[in-house]
Amino acid sequence: MSEKENPINRREFLKTAGAAAVATSAVLSACNSNEQQQSYKTTIPEPPTDKMTYRTNPKTGDKISLLGFGMMRLPIEGGGSGRENPDSPIDQDMVNKQVDYAIGHGVNLFDTSPAYCQGRSEKSTGIALHRYPRDKYFVSTKLSNFNPATWSLESGKEMFNNSLKELQIDYVDFLLLHAIGGTSERPNAQGINEQLDSKQTLYARYIDNGLLDWLVGQQKQGKIKNLGFSYHGDIKMFDLLLQWHDEGKYHWDFVLIELNYLDWKHASEINPRNTNAEYLYTELEKRGIPSLIMEPLLGGRLAKVPDFIFKKMKSRDPEHSIASWAMRYAGSPKGVLSVLSGMTYLENVKDNINTYAPLKPVSEEEKQFLEEVADDIVGLNTIPCNDCKYCMPCPYGIDIPAIFVHYNKCINEGNMAQSSQHPEYEKQRRAFLVGYDRSVPRLRQASHCVGCHQCEWHCPQKIKIAEELQKVDKYVEALKQGKL
Amino acid sequence: MLRKIRTAAAVLAITLVTLLFLDFTGTMTRWFGFMAKVQFLPAVLAFNTAVVVGLLLVTLLFGRIYCSVICPLGILQDTVSWISAKRKGKKARFSYSQEKRNLRYGVLLVFVLLVVAGFTQIALFIAPYSAFGRIAESLLAPIWAFGNNVLAGIAEHFNSYAFYETSVWAKSLIVPVTAIVTLATVGVLAWKNGRTWCNTICPVGTVLGFVSQYAIFRPVIDEKACKNCGLCARKCKASAIDFKNGKVDTSRCVACFDCIDACNAKAISFKNRLTQQKQGKTVNNAQQAVKDETVDTSRRSFLIGTGLLAAGLAKAQKDKKVDGGLATILNKKVPVRETPILPAGSFSAKHFAQHCTGCQLCVANCPNGVLRPSSDLGTLMQPHLEYDRGYCRPECTKCSEVCPAGAIKPITPAEKSSIQIGHAVWVKKNCIVLTDNVECGNCARHCPNGAIQMVPSDPANPESHKIPAINTERCIGCGACENLCPSRPFSAIYVEGHEVHKEI
Repeated sequence: MSEKENPINRREFLKTAGAAAVATSAVLSACNSNEQQQSYKTTIPEPPTDKMTYRTNPKTGDKISLLGFGMMRLPIEGGGSGRENPDSPIDQDMVNKQVDYAIGHGVNLFDTSPAYCQGRSEKSTGIALHRYPRDKYFVSTKLSNFNPATWSLESGKEMFNNSLKELQIDYVDFLLLHAIGGTSERPNAQGINEQLDSKQTLYARYIDNGLLDWLVGQQKQGKIKNLGFSYHGDIKMFDLLLQWHDEGKYHWDFVLIELNYLDWKHASEINPRNTNAEYLYTELEKRGIPSLIMEPLLGGRLAKVPDFIFKKMKSRDPEHSIASWAMRYAGSPKGVLSVLSGMTYLENVKDNINTYAPLKPVSEEEKQFLEEVADDIVGLNTIPCNDCKYCMPCPYGIDIPAIFVHYNKCINEGNMAQSSQHPEYEKQRRAFLVGYDRSVPRLRQASHCVGCHQCEWHCPQKIKIAEELQKVDKYVEALKQGKL
Repeated sequence: MLRKIRTAAAVLAITLVTLLFLDFTGTMTRWFGFMAKVQFLPAVLAFNTAVVVGLLLVTLLFGRIYCSVICPLGILQDTVSWISAKRKGKKARFSYSQEKRNLRYGVLLVFVLLVVAGFTQIALFIAPYSAFGRIAESLLAPIWAFGNNVLAGIAEHFNSYAFYETSVWAKSLIVPVTAIVTLATVGVLAWKNGRTWCNTICPVGTVLGFVSQYAIFRPVIDEKACKNCGLCARKCKASAIDFKNGKVDTSRCVACFDCIDACNAKAISFKNRLTQQKQGKTVNNAQQAVKDETVDTSRRSFLIGTGLLAAGLAKAQKDKKVDGGLATILNKKVPVRETPILPAGSFSAKHFAQHCTGCQLCVANCPNGVLRPSSDLGTLMQPHLEYDRGYCRPECTKCSEVCPAGAIKPITPAEKSSIQIGHAVWVKKNCIVLTDNVECGNCARHCPNGAIQMVPSDPANPESHKIPAINTERCIGCGACENLCPSRPFSAIYVEGHEVHKEI
């Protein structure tokens, strides 16, 4: 008898339990019925498609998505980005997929340049965007005439017209004079390179040849909706261009500046030749000029933080990514029109959309916290290299960014041996030296730097590259010779 | 039992010696470097009296144990012979032959004359330990390194620093060719007849054989117990047992104990001849000119050797990787030096040539890719320094630590820093300061002795780009400047060797 009853009891028990479980999960997933399932599937939550934060362009009234898609680090076939592997073709399918995803989640600004991905970015961007109606997206590109051979008016016109052609558009939403404040080198009549300071460079590229005036003309014709410039380097040029704006000589619809929680107050501390973002942003805000933001993550350095900082940030907010802190910081100031982020992987795109859909501005207290983090990072004495590779190729074959990346990695991972008496010395020494040979082939290591300084003209961070390379080399020698 | 101990010891010995040549991390030489130093010929050349006397005493006591458990070439032959026996399915395949006394002592005489007259580089072709070294260094080490690199790739994948990559490259042509010819010759002889090489050609075998005639302990045949079955003779890889006459030729016996193990009648034992003289008879047999059983393998093996070598070279050619975004770097070319550069600790070209057996142990252990065998006839296969791949780093004294032959005497890094093995020479037409009109000074920056000063290229203009000025009084010839000079393929600064090293 009991044998007969038991199965029924068990079945009933299962039924009840099942109903309870369904009820519980229904309560838990009230907002999103998929949420619970997905939390087991992915580490990055699926972002909403309709919550993107937009900022209004005061000039045109256009609603620009706070997240701008930087087309500088496009994916290539076989993995990685098109900047590291110039010989591999760009993975256009993946570019399309990412662009589709971004647009599907409310992103509408795409930033490129004739210089990006060895000149292949504009074309790829054009292919991806051309599949959408022209009023669905905004494009920003640049007049990237870095090479002295392209400093004539004709070359400038050609570059601009080529951008329209590659992007398959008949007007540009945002056009920038690229990297104002930089210095350059130009061969003189004898073929010997002479050095031009930032002002000479500015005049040679855009003023003396009448290129800027021509661009203003293009704007009047409607081929350029917003004219601005991106700034790196000598602050005198930033001030000069704003002075022209004040005088009414030229009008800037926007300016692209570097802004993140490290550069806000520490840029000049890291390198006296750099200017704090606080100054740049305030100057623009005073004049009502909207800011576009670049390097919100400092080339990924603010996403890949040292272990102890990782712990600190995760202790405060275990839910969100490390990168989201920096993205929120960059997007919080009201005068910021859009934050440009170069995204190679779909995961980056998702994470950034999550941060900005919608943006939760950083509070005063959080700003304080990030200030502390910035202090920590500055205190590490890493080399402020963002791996942008503008310095490359070194004519003597040195892989400059790879050396700095390895050096910074060892600092961040606590593998910098300070003394042979340290209990971890052997482990640290091995990690540094073996890792060095792995990241940089012997012939491309710092010991081969001749100190010609040719790379330093190109560094947007104004790093004294030769000096830093020699510092790394001295450290390597000390490790090899056991003289720590 | 004795045979098992011998086998175990031999396996251990050949493993350790081989690892000395394979391990590029320097760990093996630190612990087992002595395995090279107890080799007979290197010890003689190094005037290492303790080792030489010790080995002779051991031989006088127990016979040619050296040949069975210390000499790697001997153990290699036993291995080949063992495989041969397995393949042929014949465990007992040898037969007694008479000693080729004239050949043995003739070769020894020529060998000694060559060494005494300073032609070690010719004599070393048949020196057993260095012959093995050349095989290990040029044929085995590349395979080992390749395997390591596969592991290093895996380790890198898992972010582990347990293995690191090492470069595999052909250091010379003559050493692998010689190694292949030696391996083929010795291998064929061992495959067919066991220890023929050791008892006809090998100079060390002959010397030790002379001593072992008088060995105290030796295999003795008990004539009463002996059934004259001949199994011992057929197991004797030295062809030294004349069972019909109940004699064992102890000058050729390599004390392998195979016969003792083989005898079903327990008629052979390893005994003290002084106490056991009555029981057995072991006499050296008289000589008879027997028609030499010469093997015409040399030509065939040479042909095989060249074939293998060509295949090896074809592989070495595609060593290049393409990496965009980076300037291509031309490989350095070795400059023509009037005097070759020899490692610190070798005193002089003369001392070095007389002592070096060309075993390649230093070449295998040089962590900086500097040492490589010479292809010059006068110093054939003896190493010298080239700075196209690296330079003689200040903290390293590896070659002086491992050299078993006293060709490179042990030195400390401090001593090395004051031994002048050469001096740097500036080549104006290559210097990038003048050709590229840039600042450089990489040579001065890396000179461990501060022997290079940068001075204005135009004496009239103190602001002009600086060129190097070499203080040859302070230069030790380490090659840091030559190796790190940005001028390619020929450096703008290179080292001339010194025939006689001096202290500065």
